Amino acid sequence: MASSTPTAERQVTGGGISTRRKLVNQVMLTLTGVASVLVLIPLLLIFYYLLAAGAGSINLDFFTQLPAPVGEPGGGMANAIVGTLSLVLLAGAIGIPIAVGAGVFLAEAGRSPLGNFVRFIADVMNGIPSIVTGIFVWAWIVVWMGRFSLLAGSIALAVMLIPMVTRTTEEMVRLVPRELREGGVALGFTRWRTTLGIVLPAAKSGILTGILVALARIAGETAPLLFTAFGNPFWEWRLNEPISALPLLIYQYAISPYDEWHRLAWAASLVLIGMVLAISLMARFIIKNPYRDR
Amino acid sequence: MAGSTDGGGLLARLLPSRSRGNLQDQIYGLILLVFGLSLPVLFLFIVLRIGSESQLAIEAFGWGFITSQEWNPVLREFGALPFIFGTVVSSFLALVIAVPLSVGLAIFLTELAPRWLAGPIAFATELLAAIPSVVYGLWGIFVMVPWLRFTIQEPLSRRFGDTIPFLEGPAYGFSMMSGAVILSIMIIPFISAVTREVLDAVPREQREASLALGATRWEMTWQVALPYAMPGIIGGAILGLGRALGETMAITMVIGNRPDIAASLFAPGYTMASVLANEFTEATGALYLSALMEIALILFGITIIVNIMAQFLVWRVAKQGGR
Repeated sequence: MASSTPTAERQVTGGGISTRRKLVNQVMLTLTGVASVLVLIPLLLIFYYLLAAGAGSINLDFFTQLPAPVGEPGGGMANAIVGTLSLVLLAGAIGIPIAVGAGVFLAEAGRSPLGNFVRFIADVMNGIPSIVTGIFVWAWIVVWMGRFSLLAGSIALAVMLIPMVTRTTEEMVRLVPRELREGGVALGFTRWRTTLGIVLPAAKSGILTGILVALARIAGETAPLLFTAFGNPFWEWRLNEPISALPLLIYQYAISPYDEWHRLAWAASLVLIGMVLAISLMARFIIKNPYRDR
Repeated sequence: MAGSTDGGGLLARLLPSRSRGNLQDQIYGLILLVFGLSLPVLFLFIVLRIGSESQLAIEAFGWGFITSQEWNPVLREFGALPFIFGTVVSSFLALVIAVPLSVGLAIFLTELAPRWLAGPIAFATELLAAIPSVVYGLWGIFVMVPWLRFTIQEPLSRRFGDTIPFLEGPAYGFSMMSGAVILSIMIIPFISAVTREVLDAVPREQREASLALGATRWEMTWQVALPYAMPGIIGGAILGLGRALGETMAITMVIGNRPDIAASLFAPGYTMASVLANEFTEATGALYLSALMEIALILFGITIIVNIMAQFLVWRVAKQGGR
């Protein structure tokens, strides 16, 4: 709207974007950058505090000793680390075969009504709150066995893992090129041999990625373990006894009134995140699916 | 597309009723069917198990259970309203904080950031999703809650507490506000991931047409890309809502756990998931236990309805994209 230049001439020379529109453009795009920074701040703060408050308490004892009673210095979380590993491994042993089988079923069933139904249920199960899963397993396994146990905790984690791995397995099996499958059939293979011998090996790395991502997620879960694995201050190996887990100890120590326990909670969190990230990074970098990256 | 129609035919051959293929394949089909049906069976089992355990409370209180504010285990009075209130309010507040930030982040990543910057930021938000809930809770107790209390809540309460009911009363720190903030941090990765995906799906031609007509970058985003992606963004937000509703550990550790319905954001609250985490192992008496089971049933029902809504929206977008 500069008075010295006629409006018509400005339009012809192409200077049509008003100052206001330019300003809105600048302000709004800057705001998206601000939003990004705001999202990253908690992440940086969390990692800063984990290192600052937790790293100091990590030493050899942490990985080899049992938790010390209140007031006594030292002690470690060896039983909780082993407990978390056993819970996750056993949950995997229970859940992965079922989930991979269901995933292959979904891939073969495709868009049929039954396939759609099972897929829908799998997605709905993915949304069940983990605390509800814990209560279900309590009402089922713990009541039945009459005690908290490693087995109950693993089943709770397996119930969470199954729908996740089912869906990723299905996606990975679907990505296998049709030609590969048809090649098997053309060679006179039966359907099951085509699937087990050709399709699954081709989708192997993708399925493994999905499994690792799911294992990483259940390794950090606390809520399903509260009423199933329950926790245990001592070493325990038996299936039918309560077992300790890192997330359970972090919770217990975090809400306790003792400074020493708070320090240990930070240290345990650092170790837990290290475990979770190690599994996730393994899934992300080492394993590459040839059919995924187009 | 071709693969999916073929899939329908495959199933027909999987079912033993259609006697195609040889015996081995029929057995194979049957085994797969058992695996596939294990999920619906498990789901049904969860519903029945929790449903039957809540029977006692449902019979004792009827609909009064979800309208009563009294939660007094000693007097055997059980009303779930404070927990339903806490869950719904904290989750919606979390959405109010998380949606603008997630959409902003997604726009920044898809429209603005150069590749060398977008990659690391996207990776960082994925990291945010990998942090276990209990670690968020730990950080919440010792870092976020004190900060919110002394930097945000106390000044606001001193200044506006007398006039605005949302900001009144003593600043407890452990409060509805803390719960909502920690939930929002936890659901941002999910909402922004879905938003990025749908923004990426906006056809190039649409963007270019808009720019060619003289739109600024922001006008193109606001008038073309966002409306196109809107159903997907809403689906992502509802997916985030589903997560927030069921989130347990982090919010239990920062919300204060007091079964009151308070107007103030600075007052403690309680959620359904939190009361389950806190009281389930201590529940004495069949009625107390059954009341907690009914809360689990309600929470289960709400999250499932929300998830079905989200899936429906995402499914619609996917269908649109296919055309």
